[in-house]
Amino acid sequence: MIETPKMTGERIKEYLQEGKRFDGRKLDEFRKITIETGVSKNAEGSARVNLGKTEVLVGVKLDVAEPYSDSQEEGNLMVTAEFLTMSSPRLDLGPQPFGSLELARVIDRGIRESHFIDLKKLCIKKGEKVWNVMIDIYSINDDGNLLDAAGIGAIAALKTARIPRYNEETGKPIFGEWTDEKIPLSKETPISLTVHKIGNSLIIDPTKEEEDISETRVTVCSSNGIVYSLQKGESKELSVEEFQKILDLVEKTEKKIYKEIESNIK
Amino acid sequence: MTEFKRPDGRKINELRKITAKVGVVPNADGSALFGFGDTIAIAAVYGPKKMHPQHSQNPEKGTLRCTYNMLSFSVTERIRPGPSRRSQEISKITEWALQPIVMIDDFPGNVVDVHINVIQANASTRCAGINAAAMALAHAGIPMKSMVTSVSIGKLDKQLVTDLIKEEEDWEEGEGPTDIPITLTDDGKITHIQLDGNIPMKQLMETFELAKEAGKQIHEAQVKALKEAIEKK
Amino acid sequence: MTKRIIAIPGETLFEGEEYIPGEGTEKRKEKIIALRYGLVENNKNLIRVIPVSGVYIPRSGNVVIGKVENVTMNGWVIDITTPEGAFLSLMEVPRYVNKDDLRGVLDIGDIVAVKIYSVNSRGIDLTTKLKGLGKLDKGIIMQINPNKVPRVIGKEGSMISLIKEETKCKIIVGQNGLIWINGDKIEDELYAKKAILYVTENAAMSGLTDEMKEWFDKNKGEIN
Repeated sequence: MIETPKMTGERIKEYLQEGKRFDGRKLDEFRKITIETGVSKNAEGSARVNLGKTEVLVGVKLDVAEPYSDSQEEGNLMVTAEFLTMSSPRLDLGPQPFGSLELARVIDRGIRESHFIDLKKLCIKKGEKVWNVMIDIYSINDDGNLLDAAGIGAIAALKTARIPRYNEETGKPIFGEWTDEKIPLSKETPISLTVHKIGNSLIIDPTKEEEDISETRVTVCSSNGIVYSLQKGESKELSVEEFQKILDLVEKTEKKIYKEIESNIK
Repeated sequence: MTEFKRPDGRKINELRKITAKVGVVPNADGSALFGFGDTIAIAAVYGPKKMHPQHSQNPEKGTLRCTYNMLSFSVTERIRPGPSRRSQEISKITEWALQPIVMIDDFPGNVVDVHINVIQANASTRCAGINAAAMALAHAGIPMKSMVTSVSIGKLDKQLVTDLIKEEEDWEEGEGPTDIPITLTDDGKITHIQLDGNIPMKQLMETFELAKEAGKQIHEAQVKALKEAIEKK
Repeated sequence: MTKRIIAIPGETLFEGEEYIPGEGTEKRKEKIIALRYGLVENNKNLIRVIPVSGVYIPRSGNVVIGKVENVTMNGWVIDITTPEGAFLSLMEVPRYVNKDDLRGVLDIGDIVAVKIYSVNSRGIDLTTKLKGLGKLDKGIIMQINPNKVPRVIGKEGSMISLIKEETKCKIIVGQNGLIWINGDKIEDELYAKKAILYVTENAAMSGLTDEMKEWFDKNKGEIN
């Protein structure tokens, strides 16, 4: 998969000016979304998300740990992401690219700031034992927009995650045995969506070809019009008017994606 | 003698349900998924390509490089992401299992990368990984003398069985568990064998018959998946 | 549409004295064994496996498409998707080039159609001293598996001629799988791209040129 040549990039931009995309989508249209949950039986919760040819796997694991000193009565949250070398010819063995670190941070903040997980309910014994919620994200095939695929996957995995059985005597979970209890979640589902600016056009869910020529992007984690976290990535500037359009696009799309998630979770 | 009872009701020489598919990672030059029941591995091949760093190149030979990895949530107790001593050893074992069949010297100075990821584990992950890798290499158009099939033969107490599951790896009765992952070429040559447990040498030699028998079914599934990938179109 | 025989590495394709091993096969005793995954071809007992996958292996005489990666004192380094970079010397451009103005002729990021005139241990040497080669200006670049290129070109260029005619586009198919498409309208270019993708997806089908004629009658320029 070569980097999109300038020549092709120019054509993509021209076409976007006419409101059209190479794969026939509208500017505000997602690729076909497939969400499958329970894809890894040993995880507390897991999901596979496909956006066209892009694929990510997300798993949720729980463990018992000590609370942080500044949140004695709350469970902990940790998000990691790995861009598997298998997922793109552009990746090589060795240290992870910045993108995977940023992705984990962006997804972490969206879930944390929206209080999607009720961490207070994940306290086992104040100051001593709490549940540690670990969300691990892996890219399987990168054809653009890993960020949104990861966000959708994290939500789907959390919504289907069960709490492991807890052994009072050892103070540890019994791995591989689960209670019927789900992870306590808020009613609001924060959805993380990224809008890209290419030329003068704003688009969502770029393919790799489009992502290559994207000049700047804004990832917004929101639910019902409330923004919980936001990140502008890449160096091109944005006008306030453009920013307004981005928020409009996010608000409109967020509802569609929410429905998509709900209808795919058993 | 009463029939030996396995925890999941399988016959002693019965494999779990095999899943085999190619083309699961569209970006890769070749890719495949292989599963024994709940154990699922995916493999993707990139190359031949230039080896970095340059000093690690051999101008006369090609390099086959395998990386085996388990996703953190593939097992009940989370694994820290990143390489471990175990995964590094299995990566090397996988290379050794595949090198005899892969005609890697057709690509002097170049590397063929095989990335294996276990997405769900219930024992025999290295075998599933090797089976997926062989399919992915073929799918990537890499010249090969033969395919390979890999299966874990076990000895539970005194009984030999095919394709161990986790529950059997922890066998507590009698002589306990012995795990013998074996990889064979199409004509039954051994490219990989390991063993943990206890087994008389005479009985160890009997394991190859079981591995060959299982290998036939694995090979059939590998071939079917590769053929279907072209025929479907 | 007849199905063709598919080879898996290690498989016995034919058995008997009369068979001769060709590309992608070897003889073991009296057996012809496949060494690659692909389609089996039997041409008067010469057995070959035509690969359906694999990376591009550069060969002299190939026309390929590449991207200018670097400009040096006496030429350009071109990325033609091979592990090694390829070199286009300023002597191999069909016009006088001022040494101080190499970038004026070809700049980093430019797309060029080039011919490989030599592959040796030092690298790959390119030329543009042939009609139709050189810098490509406008249009789109698409990438297909290089093993599918013969199908996209077709027997004596029949397939690519058909596609050019039906889509009214200029097209150069690089042996490395990079394809340049240039039409009056973007829609035409995308229509050509769609047609080429259809060919690659049905590469194992025989009688593909006839199938494509039907495809064009059915699709009539519709790109979605």
